[in-house]
Amino acid sequence: MDAIILQILNGLDKGSAYALIALGLTLIFGTLGVVNFAHGALFMIGAFCAVTLNRLFSLSFEVVDPTKLDFLGNPAKIKTAYVEAWFGQDFGAAIIDWSVPLAILFSIPVMLAIGFAMERGLIKHFYKRPHADQILVTFGLAIVLQEIIKYFYGANPIPTPAPSAFTGSFDFGAMLGFDVGQIIYPYWRMVYFAFSLVVIGAVFAFLRFTTFGMVVRAGMADRETVGLLGINIDRRFTIMFGIAASVAGMAGVMYAPINSPNYHMGMDFLVLSFVVVVVGGMGSLAGAVLAGFLLGILQSFASMNEIKSLLPGIDQIIIYLIAIVILLTRPRGLMGRKGVMED
Amino acid sequence: MGILEVKNVSKRFGGLKALSDVNLSIAENTVHALIGPNGAGKSTLLNVLVGKLIPDTGSVTFEGQSVLGRKPHEINQMGISRVFQTPEIFGELTVMENVLIPCFAKRDGAFRMHALESTGREKEMVEKAEAMLIDVKMIDKRGMHAASMSRGDKRRLEMAMCLVQEPKLLLLDEPTAGMARADTNNTIDLLKEIKSKRPITMAIIEHDMHVVFSLAERITVLAQGTPLVEDIPENIKGHPKVMEAYLGTTHGEAAE
Amino acid sequence: MLGLDRKDFTLVLIIALVALLAPFLLNFWPTESGMAQFNAGYPALMQRFAIYGIFAIGFNILFGLTGYLSFGHAAFLGVGSYSAVWMFKLLSMNVLPGIFLAIIVSGLFALVIGYVSLRRSGIYFSILTLAFAQMSFNLAYSVLTPLTNGETGLQTTLNDPRILGASRTAEGGIPVPSLFGLEMNATSIWKIGGWEFQFNVGYYFAAALMVLTFYLSIRLFRSPFGLMLRAIKTNQTRMSYTGLSSRPYTLAAFVISGMYAGLAGALLACMDPLAGAERMQWTASGEVVIMSILGGAGTLLGPILGAGVIKYLENIFSKINEGVLHGWFDFLPEVVKEPLVWLFARFTGEGWSLTLGLIFMIVVIFLPGGLMEGARRIGDLFRKRGKPSDDDKEHHPKPAAHVAE
Repeated sequence: MDAIILQILNGLDKGSAYALIALGLTLIFGTLGVVNFAHGALFMIGAFCAVTLNRLFSLSFEVVDPTKLDFLGNPAKIKTAYVEAWFGQDFGAAIIDWSVPLAILFSIPVMLAIGFAMERGLIKHFYKRPHADQILVTFGLAIVLQEIIKYFYGANPIPTPAPSAFTGSFDFGAMLGFDVGQIIYPYWRMVYFAFSLVVIGAVFAFLRFTTFGMVVRAGMADRETVGLLGINIDRRFTIMFGIAASVAGMAGVMYAPINSPNYHMGMDFLVLSFVVVVVGGMGSLAGAVLAGFLLGILQSFASMNEIKSLLPGIDQIIIYLIAIVILLTRPRGLMGRKGVMED
Repeated sequence: MGILEVKNVSKRFGGLKALSDVNLSIAENTVHALIGPNGAGKSTLLNVLVGKLIPDTGSVTFEGQSVLGRKPHEINQMGISRVFQTPEIFGELTVMENVLIPCFAKRDGAFRMHALESTGREKEMVEKAEAMLIDVKMIDKRGMHAASMSRGDKRRLEMAMCLVQEPKLLLLDEPTAGMARADTNNTIDLLKEIKSKRPITMAIIEHDMHVVFSLAERITVLAQGTPLVEDIPENIKGHPKVMEAYLGTTHGEAAE
Repeated sequence: MLGLDRKDFTLVLIIALVALLAPFLLNFWPTESGMAQFNAGYPALMQRFAIYGIFAIGFNILFGLTGYLSFGHAAFLGVGSYSAVWMFKLLSMNVLPGIFLAIIVSGLFALVIGYVSLRRSGIYFSILTLAFAQMSFNLAYSVLTPLTNGETGLQTTLNDPRILGASRTAEGGIPVPSLFGLEMNATSIWKIGGWEFQFNVGYYFAAALMVLTFYLSIRLFRSPFGLMLRAIKTNQTRMSYTGLSSRPYTLAAFVISGMYAGLAGALLACMDPLAGAERMQWTASGEVVIMSILGGAGTLLGPILGAGVIKYLENIFSKINEGVLHGWFDFLPEVVKEPLVWLFARFTGEGWSLTLGLIFMIVVIFLPGGLMEGARRIGDLFRKRGKPSDDDKEHHPKPAAHVAE
């Protein structure tokens, strides 16, 4: 029992990331009809927003303090971060410590700008092109984006710590009456899960309760008719793309402490997120979220030692296996609608 | 007993009753027209005949064999060809290639690899296709891209593709929709010519009464998903029930 | 001739001739000159041209003809390599059994994957193939380690049985893959003036197979089977209303292209008896896609051209480092030189991937028909200038370009 709970918890954070990326993918696909292979790169750029902010905050200057000597007997150089100098020692340190959550604020305008630029500059011209062309051009873009990041940040993963307040783990086992230490779960992953729920909830609420969202949902159901109603779909598409980009970006920001960002993390997540979208049902937002968590949790179950010894390698292929089974038995995915991508 | 027998076929789309208890018998070697106002269920019926839709109740048999539950390609193999309202042709291929494909397709639909034969060297097939193109007066366009042709030519090409298979039953879904008068007349002549050359059964859905009365030997009038009258053309003209169906009455159900 | 019309036969002859003379044609500059780094006439690269040419020709049979975009073709390449290396380990270093097994195994593998994947079309098909390839890749790294030797990669060792050959050579080394004694890495060098021409057994073996596979692909393009495949790409509805189920045709095309990929994989192993899982990764699948698109999907020559251009650029671009760039721009004043070197360095050397990504985008955006389409457009431009009086188009309906040129 405790093992099961532990695996469900372990699956939640990966599942959250899948769900957030898949949500954006399916949003773009449903509204714009574009298959965006560069969406993983947006997630990656989000993670590097966190890295960037962390670095910016840590920028420091050196002051020679003649009153202290280092071990060689020279006057000691004391490094002080600019933020600490400007905002005082304690508050500055807190800012550095909290750089990842703060990066969300930083990432939203950045991701919106990137999203707008991408849609206006590139994606717009591919609305009427075959899906194969969309896949190829965004695949190319993904390579370009990740190479640019690689140039600026190098090929190695960059550890980006979560605020120290969240470094520990929470003992679920003790809370639920199991032995102490049986089910421990890092705080930051809890934060990540909660955060993803908030973002998902916000996206759904936005689509549900705003006029803008209503038009977008109508557009997802029947693009042509909405176009005929004289509603300026183009501008909304651009905004929708920006929103999807920032959802992916925020998912990336918050994921940075869980897995040190590297330049190819986007590609790794993209393939799986696409599988998630397909399993959930192309164009179904709820399906994407559901499938994201489901696959994340299943993957974590498959990596249990008991299961691995029973079915070696299952942890490596479980997601693909499920995708194949789903596609063959329920071609529209778990919650797919009729008529989407069935030409 | 007709070549095609439709018995008690009903089909619902949600709350809409598209077909209710349709009985229809198409006799061999006749031209049978299905007419009726918009929404009468003509297209639904046609889609049932070619296996695209499965009716909720009833049976459809072709030469005594049920067509229900068969896939479109299996129904075609039984000897039913279909001309679409918007021509379904191989747009990126040439006219000649378009006609060659049904030539190469075996009647039983069997998959043949023949990957190392040369299309142009299959004399028998090429001659068959050329003869067909001559029949439909398109031989001079044999090298053209099918997609670049006029709508009328596309339609004729599609007909050629169906006819080269020598179907027993040819289903025509508004074969002259959107055509100019001259093209329409050409089509009528073409169909008449085909009919005179070899035995073939045709079922036509058509709005253009000129076409219907030029070609049809029997006419079924559909209204609100059910056949109203079936008779020879002479009797359909001026039939009160037909007038009612087309012009509408204040007491719609009274047509029964 | 050989079942081809004159035009196609000429095309095959030209390809064969170019392949034969490649060591001359691709050695543009004398060995000692500064431009020698742009030469492509050395064995390792020429082998790649031929092998990836085969890979792309095969991919084109599926994607170019039927329009089914597979994102998992590298899986077959990898399977081919593994099969060949296993033959080298168990049977002998003769390349033929290895190639034979690779084609069979990859064909069977393609049959299974194709059978499942082809039940869906469009983007679903792409994702299914991608999923299968990633699955194979992950399995090759983990559970299948006894078969694939995991991260190290499968290679020949001194302890392999090689029941029909020798475990080790007389000198005590690992024997080299060979064709009845002709070792694949044997190269004879011919010096003429400042030029140095290299004739490599492996290259000629791969090139011969490439010409053969190219010939087969032309036959296939011109056959009724090829016609059916193009029909599937154009209109599946009409296909089924013609009484044809498209599944067996697409499956046959999938298996054939899988076998081509297997052959290419086996040849890679013949040139260097080593097979690693990274050969199956989806970036490798993406590479063959871009080769086909760059050259021109659905055309005969396009894939070979695309494979050649990509492999050449990859090779050349990766070689140019900042040192080389400094050499080039030495004549410029420092102020101009430094930024230029910096700029070019972003796209060369380590930056090759960036260039590849850009090529991807530029081709898809500006030249969806690929290089062959570009060549045709340029050709049209000249033809129009050549005879400006060609204005009675209406009386001569434009004939469709003959299948895939």
